[in-house]
Amino acid sequence: MPLTIGVLALQGAFEAHARVLQNLGATPKLVRTPEQLEGLDGLIMPGGESTTMLKSLERGGFFEALAAFVAEKPTFGTCAGAILLATDVAHSTQKCLGALDISVERNAYGRQNESAILSSETSMPGAPLEMVFIRAPRISRVGPGVETLAKRGDDPVLVRSGSLLAATFHPELSGDERVHRLFLDMVEDSQRSYR
Amino acid sequence: MAEPTNNGSFSTPSLRLKTGLAEMLKGGVIMDVMNVEQARIAEEAGAVAVMALERVPAMIRAEGGVARMASPKLIKQIMAAVTVPVMAKARIGHFAEAQVLQHLGVDFIDESEVLTPADETHHIDKHAFTTPFVCGAKDLGEALRRIAEGAAMIRTKGEPGTGDVVHAVRHMRQIIKEIKGLTVLDEQELYAAAKELRAPYELVRMVAKTGKLPVPNFSAGGIATPSDAALMMQLGAETVFVGSGIFMKGRATPLEVDLWTAEDAHVGLCTSKQVGEARNPEDREEAVSRAKAIVLAATHFADPAIVSEASEAVLGSMKGLAVSSIPAEEMMQDRGW
Repeated sequence: MPLTIGVLALQGAFEAHARVLQNLGATPKLVRTPEQLEGLDGLIMPGGESTTMLKSLERGGFFEALAAFVAEKPTFGTCAGAILLATDVAHSTQKCLGALDISVERNAYGRQNESAILSSETSMPGAPLEMVFIRAPRISRVGPGVETLAKRGDDPVLVRSGSLLAATFHPELSGDERVHRLFLDMVEDSQRSYR
Repeated sequence: MAEPTNNGSFSTPSLRLKTGLAEMLKGGVIMDVMNVEQARIAEEAGAVAVMALERVPAMIRAEGGVARMASPKLIKQIMAAVTVPVMAKARIGHFAEAQVLQHLGVDFIDESEVLTPADETHHIDKHAFTTPFVCGAKDLGEALRRIAEGAAMIRTKGEPGTGDVVHAVRHMRQIIKEIKGLTVLDEQELYAAAKELRAPYELVRMVAKTGKLPVPNFSAGGIATPSDAALMMQLGAETVFVGSGIFMKGRATPLEVDLWTAEDAHVGLCTSKQVGEARNPEDREEAVSRAKAIVLAATHFADPAIVSEASEAVLGSMKGLAVSSIPAEEMMQDRGW
């Protein structure tokens, strides 16, 4: 049975994530309402504008349903999605799910002209990882028990804790599928431990 | 060096970053704003980005004169006021205005037919910039010519400042139809197709293979209501630009959305207790309701129940101007080639 992975599709780069999931043999499902969270093996929250996503989440108990989902099921947040997962958000201060013990600063590396494609060693096997940063947030603090898998200078950019994964860059815009594969492995692991 | 990306297109690192930001703006609404207060309302309503400009298209149309890039002062104020990306318009071919916008650090430059063109022959060489560009198009050939020049996002032109969606629909259907047409051609037929489209062969071949534009395809020009937004999204737009539809009251009068300031109180226009309250609560509420409703409809474009709910929540709408009543020489969409 292929894994069914939801992609939060309120706004942003949801199609790019769905494409990568499909390439990796998972079944992506676009999620626009709280009901659509049901029956998913895991969820990806894409990049985009976190303020816009929060606005849409205000409707019909979606925020609460999402909080309950990420507390239980594997979830991967990229960029705006990572901001949603965090425990606190600076510039500007805004609501977040508080699921992953990290502090995040929005747009901390500058505006679009400062967006960059960088490459760095990671704790994943294989060559250095290409990382596409677009108006990226900065992880300014990681809590105990949060593992840093990749860095940009001194800043963590790919972190994991339990069944939660967060990246401040955009693996969905890169040809390198290792980060998505890592997430699918996490989903499979979580199912094994359930059984 | 060119290398393949996940969306099947080949592009340079610079173009990948540019289209990357366009990817982040998908599934939303980009709103025209003329001042800080409108920008705040737009962000608060859930706009994915704002377009900073001096006058919205409806006002430019009504007032005439030469329409130019917005003042850097205004653009800076808006950039400081919101956290979402800020776009601004440069005149067609006016690369010096674009250089100024890049210097200011705007996140996207719109080389726009809404402003008075500065060059009758040449569009801006957009590869020469780090800031991404969006350009308007009426058909596939025009879209691909702009992409060849370095545009990272295409939007249908429609007819700006009218509140009449008919030409946004025409241009979106035209582009989709021409894309579909290419996908059934043989390899050998693509050369003649490129000639007919007046577009580079490599781009034509890429569209024929993938069945879509190599950059995100958004829609603009006359979108004024939640159901207009839903219509364009269902027709294939990946995000909608809404200009005059949110903040305009009459043909050339914006809704009054400003708040009373301490300065107003100082000169006796309001009491000190009123500072921070809306000058015109009804107008402000109307603008907020339109902005929120159009975002809701763009997100849930395929769900008529939610689009209906959004339509019901809207207080008033812009007056609008039928495109069919505009003389040919006043059409903005025919600017550019």
